[in-house]
Amino acid sequence: MAHAYTPGLRVTERAVLRRERRLPLKGTVTVDVGAAVEARTVVARTELPGNVQTLNVAAKLSIDPANVPGALIKPIGSEVRAGEMVARGKTLFGLLTQTATTPTTGTLESVSAITGQLILREPPIPVEVNAYIQGVVVAVIPAEGVVVETEATFIQGIFGVGGETQGEIVVVSEGPDQELRGENLSESHRGKVVVGGAYVSYETLMRAKAVEVAAVVVGGFDDGDLRRLLGRDLGVAITGSEELGLTLILTEGFGRIRMADRSWRLLEAAAGRAASVSGATQIRAGVMRPEILVPFGGSVPQREAAAVSTGIEPGSLLRVIREPHFGRIATVVELPPELRELESGSMARVMVVEFADDRARAVVPRANVELIER
Amino acid sequence: MASTSADIRSILATDCGSTTTKAILIEKRDGAYRLIVRGEAPTTVEAPFEDVTRGVLNAVREVEELAGRRILDGERIITPQSGDEGVDLYVTTSSAGGGLQMMVSGLVLQMTGESAQRAALGAGAIVMDVIALNDGRRPYEKIRRLRQLRPDMILLSGGTDGGDTRRVVEMAEILAAADPKARLGTGYELPVIYAGNKEAVAAVTECLGSRTALSVVPNLRPALERENLRPARDAIHELFMEHVMAHAPGYRKLMTWTPVPIMPTPGAVGIIIEKVARRDRLAVVGVDIGGATTDVFSVFQEVFNRTVSANLGMSYSVSNVMAEAGIANILRWVPFDVNEIALRNRIKNKMIRPTTIPQTLEDLVIEQAIAREALRLAFEQHKALATSLKGVQTERTISDIMAQSGSGQTLVNLLDLGLLVGSGGVLSHAPRRVQAALMMIDAFLPEGLTQLAVDSIFMAPQLGVLSSVHEQAATEVFERDCLIRLGAVLAPIGSGKAGQACVTVEVTAPGQPAIDRRVPFGELVLLPLPPEGKVRVVAAPERGFDLGAGRGKPIEAEIHGGVVGLLVDTRGRRPFALPASTTERIARLRAWNQALDLYPGDV
Repeated sequence: MAHAYTPGLRVTERAVLRRERRLPLKGTVTVDVGAAVEARTVVARTELPGNVQTLNVAAKLSIDPANVPGALIKPIGSEVRAGEMVARGKTLFGLLTQTATTPTTGTLESVSAITGQLILREPPIPVEVNAYIQGVVVAVIPAEGVVVETEATFIQGIFGVGGETQGEIVVVSEGPDQELRGENLSESHRGKVVVGGAYVSYETLMRAKAVEVAAVVVGGFDDGDLRRLLGRDLGVAITGSEELGLTLILTEGFGRIRMADRSWRLLEAAAGRAASVSGATQIRAGVMRPEILVPFGGSVPQREAAAVSTGIEPGSLLRVIREPHFGRIATVVELPPELRELESGSMARVMVVEFADDRARAVVPRANVELIER
Repeated sequence: MASTSADIRSILATDCGSTTTKAILIEKRDGAYRLIVRGEAPTTVEAPFEDVTRGVLNAVREVEELAGRRILDGERIITPQSGDEGVDLYVTTSSAGGGLQMMVSGLVLQMTGESAQRAALGAGAIVMDVIALNDGRRPYEKIRRLRQLRPDMILLSGGTDGGDTRRVVEMAEILAAADPKARLGTGYELPVIYAGNKEAVAAVTECLGSRTALSVVPNLRPALERENLRPARDAIHELFMEHVMAHAPGYRKLMTWTPVPIMPTPGAVGIIIEKVARRDRLAVVGVDIGGATTDVFSVFQEVFNRTVSANLGMSYSVSNVMAEAGIANILRWVPFDVNEIALRNRIKNKMIRPTTIPQTLEDLVIEQAIAREALRLAFEQHKALATSLKGVQTERTISDIMAQSGSGQTLVNLLDLGLLVGSGGVLSHAPRRVQAALMMIDAFLPEGLTQLAVDSIFMAPQLGVLSSVHEQAATEVFERDCLIRLGAVLAPIGSGKAGQACVTVEVTAPGQPAIDRRVPFGELVLLPLPPEGKVRVVAAPERGFDLGAGRGKPIEAEIHGGVVGLLVDTRGRRPFALPASTTERIARLRAWNQALDLYPGDV
């Protein structure tokens, strides 16, 4: 049978999922295997070494760098406060005494007799990692973090901005083809994950931010609005560290695009439940897509996650992801093996699809579809 | 392996790219080396496989199927060739896992900083940042940056031999304070190459020797007026093998399969470009436009330079091309009206779904417009770094240096450019070859007479590494099977009014009637050439126009034929300008496109 593999986004009602929660540096893991955790439970913590500052003691004291180690009045390793004197030296035949004070609170790390520089390290910066999802700790990575497992409704978006957040799901738009409108947002949406339909404008997004919505999930958004939101043109799709006050997830792409029915139905069904959301997107080797996880809670049954995709074959449900049929949902009718000429003049492997809305058929390149994985 | 180069009958070469591993089989047939087949398979450096050799074996299996002969014995490449089985030589390059990512440092950004950057780029690295004493950042900011980025390797330079050591040691101290970690793996020390003032070696070793895997090589800027990049480049290649590759999944095994060191992909491409330039005594520019990055290689005045524009590409970085070039610069190449909001969304949708291809003609035209801008920006960056400080053995007087602004004049002289080679999907797989030719012309704006070619299937990396052990095989395959000669472009310098007399061109080629054509200003004209063999071109510019011999003076040259032909481009140079009015610009673009039969239909 004709067969093709085009990875798609996962949109599934029930899946067993694992998320690794790791510290940026080694530290302490605060939970054990088997522990039930909530999304905000701290699972590991550490301290990042503080920033380093340099102090040119030779210049401050007007002495030769070789004499700097001898001019220190506190030994290396000492803790110092900002403004504290750390070195003293005499100049002008011993008539003048010059001093050097530290620009920052921290520890004296090292001194150089060649350059006359004193290196100071600021106090360590505490870092905590939370569980991100409600679930059970299934593994501990010693001194680094844990793996949390949960059974959840799982919806991957195509693009997002903003980091991890949590909140109850609220469906606000009336249908998957409707725009999310500002007048539909109120104080009652504070801390919630708001589901819109096909589109959100910049103004509505600002309204959502004003009422402190945790996250907005919609089909599409305009790139011009993204530029306003970020204050710059996004050149490369590596996101997740923006501090925007909310997280935005697009399920379909840029423009006004009806949210796929399956995503919409699952989000409707999950309304009222607590979700964990991440806007982090990385489109490079090792793709990372934004996600919405809605854990069912309770113990996780011991069974495998949903079957791995078997690829595209006649009958597969997919989304066309490039013009002229961008955003339309279709079913595969045929996968002809030979190359065919496209309107652009390129020769490419194609498929014949039938659109879900009007049952019309069209030929599209295999590269331009995305499987809707169940 | 066969005992000498002459005995080698068959060669298998692979290139492990970030996404695809490509394998080619070369065989000696009728006394000449030829490409026989090519196979490919997804690269398997990342989970779930985490073993690069899986992808190599899969690509080789495809080669076996296509060639109809056995090369593998289970999971082993059969060497030497025995009867009809196996190959005599196996070589490979790699850019998997994001290639070689380096940070470099020098004392003065425009001097040792730039020399260090050239050394790293020339070795095939991506330079993540250049740290210098005068880079405008305070020490703690430099330290923070060094800690944030996790390079594969650091090149530390600075100072001329015998100069001040204190500043050099200061840079080493900053590096030591940052205590940067290597990108791959946590259990090994970060490789650092010191190529600065030799008087500071002891102090730098004391500072960094116990914290990093330090290698010391001769100074890359031993004197103000002399650069010596080779030792640093060689050290980068060596450490790439010893440290970086050895920690990438599966590479230890892969290294045992080949007698030739694994080379970073762009480093290998540079080698082949350099060899072609030397052999044909031509100034050459090569460009490889990929999904994420665009590499530009050049050889002018026998000096090789390479730059990589890390965020100019056609898929992952397509949105960055729009951000850097601006929408207006992209739209100036599009011969129809486009709604800006729709175009922005379209470009972003390509970024988030990078593997899609243009289905409609409109989409193809827009994609090729973006490619022109990506190529133009990458070439501008290249010109800024390929500057007049020469490589080893070329010295200038101190007065020459003082007379120049910044770090010197660009070496890139378009009038000298003899051959422009393009590769990467948007050029190599353009539905019509003339589209690739015009994209390169519009982006690079060559002047005088310049030959054009594309790399058919991007096998320059494999041929580059092969050329380090078997130059004859590499150059024969490069010439016969890798390069597709498109023809040439003839572009007079000067400007005038549309319709004004500009240039007269005579083309004499065996097997076709002689051509004698007057081309007025403001046109694009395509003259046919035979696809192969040599062609004689005589071109006489009108007064006020220059083809390289001086205003109004004719030039005469012998060039290769090509599948596209000779494009006579009288749209003007210095300046080249498109009409400011949208209506007029669209009308001109359409007229030019039709003259070249660039697209099907009326576009």
